[in-house]
Amino acid sequence: MSDPGSVPAFRLSGVHLARDGQTVLDGIDLEVPAGDYLGILGPNGGGKTTLVQLMLGLLRPDAGTVEAFGVSPRRARGRIAYVPQRFEFDRQFPARAEDVVVMGRLHCKPFGRGYSAEDRDRARESMRRLGVDNLAQRGIGNLSGGQLQRVLIARALAGDAQAIILDEPTAHLDADSAGRLYDLLRELNERMTVLLIGHDVGVMHRQVRSVACVNRKMFHGHVKELTDEVLERIYGYDVALIGHHHSHEGSQG
Amino acid sequence: MIEALEYPFFQRALLAGVLAAIAGGIVGSYVHVKRIASISGGLSHAAFGGVGLGYLLGFAPTLGATLFALGSGAFLSAAYRRVSARLETSIAILWAVGMSLGIVFLSMAPGYKPDLTSYLFGSILFVEAGTLWWTAGLDLAIVSTVLLCFREFEAIAFDEEFARVMGLPVGILLQILFALIALAVVSLIQVVGVILVIALLTLPAAIARQWTDSLRGMMVLACLIGASCTTTGLWLAWILERDLGVRAAPTGPLAILLAVLAYALSTMIRRVVRRVRPAAPDAA
Repeated sequence: MSDPGSVPAFRLSGVHLARDGQTVLDGIDLEVPAGDYLGILGPNGGGKTTLVQLMLGLLRPDAGTVEAFGVSPRRARGRIAYVPQRFEFDRQFPARAEDVVVMGRLHCKPFGRGYSAEDRDRARESMRRLGVDNLAQRGIGNLSGGQLQRVLIARALAGDAQAIILDEPTAHLDADSAGRLYDLLRELNERMTVLLIGHDVGVMHRQVRSVACVNRKMFHGHVKELTDEVLERIYGYDVALIGHHHSHEGSQG
Repeated sequence: MIEALEYPFFQRALLAGVLAAIAGGIVGSYVHVKRIASISGGLSHAAFGGVGLGYLLGFAPTLGATLFALGSGAFLSAAYRRVSARLETSIAILWAVGMSLGIVFLSMAPGYKPDLTSYLFGSILFVEAGTLWWTAGLDLAIVSTVLLCFREFEAIAFDEEFARVMGLPVGILLQILFALIALAVVSLIQVVGVILVIALLTLPAAIARQWTDSLRGMMVLACLIGASCTTTGLWLAWILERDLGVRAAPTGPLAILLAVLAYALSTMIRRVVRRVRPAAPDAA
């Protein structure tokens, strides 16, 4: 599906970034072809989220360049959908599901105006596609974890995205909801680039097409090239690739 | 209360209470959903420094309070965007410096010095027409800004990071929001005083939140609840003075106690309603 010669979804070259005097990312080169399904792995504190913030244009690298669809990430805004980790916002916030989804149209709306009828139509369409249109009027505090996750994806897709980045989307989901989410991502991948951040190596291995492992430096390759040896080099300790669920709580690479 | 309405000072007090409740209800809704009550506390105490400076240099204390609150709002919005650990320290410093400056300036001020309690706990009965116009102006600024940027403020109040991804100028919007909080604080100081501002910013909004899932509805409801509190507080003070001979019954603290009572009642009723009619059960 990735058309050779087309502009890659993301291209990072020689990216270096330090925060508070500590190097977070060092010499990162990464090219994500359009249509790819990329898993971004790495230990906590290894720079996964920083990498995503660079791709979204929320951060600028100290050295090197970051491009999204051939332009700077800031100029590519609206083409990159983003699903943050849940619970980063307040679930007591007074908003119904559809109020949240329509926020995915903020970049299309002139400053100081309300949402247009088209914005609301697109939001509703996006909810329909994700099977949460029946929850439109429900307060976000009354949604289950899986429902809220879908609402957030609907928000991300209410714009005109060509790529979607999801930050640990299964962190708070039970196995059933997580399974449905992976089905959905595979379906989305038929029409857009998908970047999935996670730390469950085994699950990633089964889902994605290629992987990038970040721990200050980066390994990037086809998922089949991801061996236990490579992982051990990246993580600095033994990580089981397939099989039992490996917990990374509290571990620093 | 009808006979009280004949007195111009009472009419002014009533109007001041309602105008302040509008500012407090709208801005307080943002303060509540963004959980930044401590910021509003810092701003109100910082504003007291401006009150003192007004008396010292002979300009309107309300103008001094407005300038100090706006300056502190700008300072805190910068601290807020950098490190949240430093935000707490910044609030504490503003809080203490504002109060200290206010007291020092007042002690140095020549001539007539106001009763300190009137600024600490409000002096709605002594509101002058000029202050009323000033408060109306602050309300107008707040309402028009919120009407203009309603969706933008909603987005940054809900999820700043996503708003940034959507290309909103989050830094500027936060600065404006903090300026609005500063203006609301100034309009509330007159009614309930420096110390109690935080209560009239947070309680009506918190009560409103229990009954609506929409930010807009919350604002309208919070304005109504706040206005009921200030009006009833005024009326209670009037009753206390007329029937029980209480001298200078404190209208501000009475309004706050009413708000606390209303919050307790609302919480209880909400709980009963939940039990009778639970939220629709979720399919996973």
